[in-house]
Amino acid sequence: MPNVKFTYALKRFFPALKEIPAGGKSFREIFTELEIHYPGITSYILDEQGSLRKHVNIFIDGKMIHDRKTLSDVFTNNSEIYIMQALSGG
Amino acid sequence: MKPTLLLGTRKGLIAYRFANGNWSVENLSFEGVPVSIAYSDERTGTWWACLDNGHWGVKLHRSTDRGNTWSEVTAPAYPEGAEVKDGMPATTRYLWSMAHGGKKFPSRLWIGTDPGGLFMSEDGGNNFQLVESLWNHPTRKEGWFGGGRDLPGIHSILVDPRNEDHIHIGISCAGVFETMDAGKTWSIRNKGMSADFLPDPNAETGYDPHIVVAAHTNPDVLWQQNHCGIFRSVDGAKNWLEIDQSGGPAYFGFAITVAEDNADQAWVAPAHSDVTRTAIKGSLCICRTDDGGKTWKEQRKGLPQQNCFDIVYRHCLASSGEAVAFGTTTGNLFYSPDRGESWQVLNNYLPMVYSVQFAD
Repeated sequence: MPNVKFTYALKRFFPALKEIPAGGKSFREIFTELEIHYPGITSYILDEQGSLRKHVNIFIDGKMIHDRKTLSDVFTNNSEIYIMQALSGG
Repeated sequence: MKPTLLLGTRKGLIAYRFANGNWSVENLSFEGVPVSIAYSDERTGTWWACLDNGHWGVKLHRSTDRGNTWSEVTAPAYPEGAEVKDGMPATTRYLWSMAHGGKKFPSRLWIGTDPGGLFMSEDGGNNFQLVESLWNHPTRKEGWFGGGRDLPGIHSILVDPRNEDHIHIGISCAGVFETMDAGKTWSIRNKGMSADFLPDPNAETGYDPHIVVAAHTNPDVLWQQNHCGIFRSVDGAKNWLEIDQSGGPAYFGFAITVAEDNADQAWVAPAHSDVTRTAIKGSLCICRTDDGGKTWKEQRKGLPQQNCFDIVYRHCLASSGEAVAFGTTTGNLFYSPDRGESWQVLNNYLPMVYSVQFAD
């Protein structure tokens, strides 16, 4: 199953956060599983309409996803999904 | 005077406590995180922190032990399919105001947001629902727009203590709206206002009340520091009268606060026009009226009078008893023990201040 990695910045809100295999063929299924391990984490990554937050990025096997609105980008069972944030602010 | 000053700042929530004649920091929470509003519910003493996690979205936390521990609750969220305008999905971008629902409704809380939605909780803040009647108001999509923020926002929520279903709200830019039935129906209350930035200065909506407050001793007396001057109503917002100072500093600004014991006494924090938004001529002053806005007095003693750029955001001027306090955009916190006659510096090195509230 796909392996999900997270930016260290999310550990502030989810101290136990670590790399995790998450079953699912779509991002919707991935987030459903992530919620089981880290309740509330979806709201940090997606807004309430299901779109990727403005300053968050998701990479599939090193490539940034294209569809930030409905997260329809395709991944495989062996993919690495990496969730990171923009290095912005001050 | 209530002995706590609760600050929302660009880098966290900071609480000051007054004891033995001195203010000192009691609590720092959410270090590094913008706190748009720090709010104490006077009914319970619960502290609320409205967070603007730039990357991770808007969050809401509460503490029942004066900030020692916090728990996250679900922040107000727009229902699926809600749109700011046609084709633009609505998401909570900022929590801009918070008010408790009054003694008759101990579990009721209100939150105002950018992009213009009012939210209500009937379970002590565990869940917030969008007030659909206001969101679906026929003026919203075409008659409201951004002011202070990119999209419309609700920054003022005034619950009438005589009838806690009776509420005024302030929206930038739309104006003042009133409900008599806890948000089921709404009336526009902009009569007497002006909006010189609009193509039609007497439009139904589009006004920019930077903040609206009610007098504690007479909730029918409402004050607003508007983008286009200072206005007052003595009939529950049915009619507004311009009361700013001709030729004086009390005209443009963001903040206003009313004395707890006097519906005719209020303070404003003047700024130099909407073009520059700096302290007027490099000096900081607070203006006080004791006669409902007929005359204004400049209060400068103890405030910087040169090389100063501070302005005071809309939620950052507060009063309690004889005390007045305000925080500024450049991180200064001032306190007056004598209704503004003299000022003391509490801190010159805070982050930008977003909200100031006196609390128990």
